[in-house]
This record gives sequence, structure tokens and C-alpha cells, in this order.
Amino acid sequence: MKLTRRHTLMMAVGSAVAALVPVRAFAAVEDEIAAFTGGAEVGSDGITLIAPEIAENGNTVPIEVDAPGAEAIIVFAAGNPTPSVATFTFGALAASQSAATRIRLAGTQDVIAIARMPDGSFVQASQEVKVTIGGCGG
Amino acid sequence: MAENVKPRVRVPRDATAGEEITIKTLISHPMESGQRKDGDGNVIPRSIINRFTCTFNGETVIDVTLEPAISTNPYFEFQAIVPETGTFEFTWYDDDGDVYTDSKEITVG
Repeated sequence: MKLTRRHTLMMAVGSAVAALVPVRAFAAVEDEIAAFTGGAEVGSDGITLIAPEIAENGNTVPIEVDAPGAEAIIVFAAGNPTPSVATFTFGALAASQSAATRIRLAGTQDVIAIARMPDGSFVQASQEVKVTIGGCGG
Repeated sequence: MAENVKPRVRVPRDATAGEEITIKTLISHPMESGQRKDGDGNVIPRSIINRFTCTFNGETVIDVTLEPAISTNPYFEFQAIVPETGTFEFTWYDDDGDVYTDSKEITVG
């Protein structure tokens, strides 16, 4: 095949689109994080996220979040079709600002937890979970 | 719509005043994510529990917003302070408007 200017142009467009797709998927998480934090600076101290390094089954991945003193903790799965996972809001009778649950992960991805502190600051923790079998059916 | 929804809650029977206790809750529910397709390629509509709350004598312990990424049979484990004898009320809110409740009494000796 002779490499014409049209072919070269089409290939360039194709690779540009391919490069854009993962960026867009990542941006969805960024948007949701911004919606929660209001664009404020996010620190990294004072929050713990416990998730397995390798999950054989993405349908039930046990996770645990702990942020002493937090008002609320939000959990995101960066690679899921809808990144938002759960929001925990703690009341006056919560003995510790921690909770454990089981979540679905579509594939190997980062799990992100962000806590909102009473003073209006935010802290974040994230961990990559390798998933052998994804949990979104399909 | 969801059938055979059965909440299960584990709370200690008694505690000392101000003690921190661990509560475990499980509710049987398919948590249909709205991402799956049936044999004919039609999307199965989303049907999940979207909110879970726990209160003690009317005061909030925890309030959780659930998204489709929560697994089938949602499970939660958390800690609560028990200031006095009373009742823990657990409430789950389904997408279809159903509300499932359970309650556990605890005695401060």
C-alpha cells in the first residue's frame, strides 16, 4: 500500500482519538472528586484505605476505610462505568469514623477514598487493586 | 420488586455505658447495576438499595449512600457508641420505593 497524504492524516486522527479515550475516562473521576471537594486542596494524612492488592473476583472486593474525625468519606472506583461507589456520613454516635463493605470492580484499577474533615479540609488515599475476573457482567 | 429481601443484623446483647461496639449488617438484595444485559442483549434495568441508615434512640450513627458499585447482598460493618439502654434502628431504602427495617435492643448493665 502506498502511503498517501490522506492515509497519513487518517492514521494521525485515529491515534489521537485512541490517546484521548483513557484521558476522558479518567476525567470522569476527576469531575466527581471535584464535585465532592469543591475543587479544594486534598491532603493525604489521616485516612486509611484497606483493600486487597489482588482480587480474584471483582464482584465482591472487601474494602475498609478509616479517617479519624471525618464527617464523611466518599469512595470511588476510577475504572468503573460509574466511578462513584458509596458515601459514608457519620453521626454523633459513631464510635469511629470507619466502615467496611464489599464493592464491585470492573477490572484492575485504583480505588480512591476521600474524607471530608469538620474544618472543611479533605484528605485522600488510594490503592490499586488487580482484578482477575471483572464484576460488571457484560 | 426485589423479592425475599431479608435484613440480618448483629449487635451485642448488652454493653457498658459509653462502650464502643461493632455492628455488622447484611441484607439479601440482587443490587442490579443497570450495566448487565440479558440473553437477548437488552439491558436489565437498575434496581438497587440506594441508602442505608443506622440510628440509636433517634440519633444517627451512620448514613450511607449506595451506588451500583456496591456488591450483591450489601454488607456493612461499623462502630457505634452506646450511651444508654435503647434500640438500634436499621433502615434500607430501595430504588423502587420499598423500605426495609430491622431493630435490635441493647441493654446497658
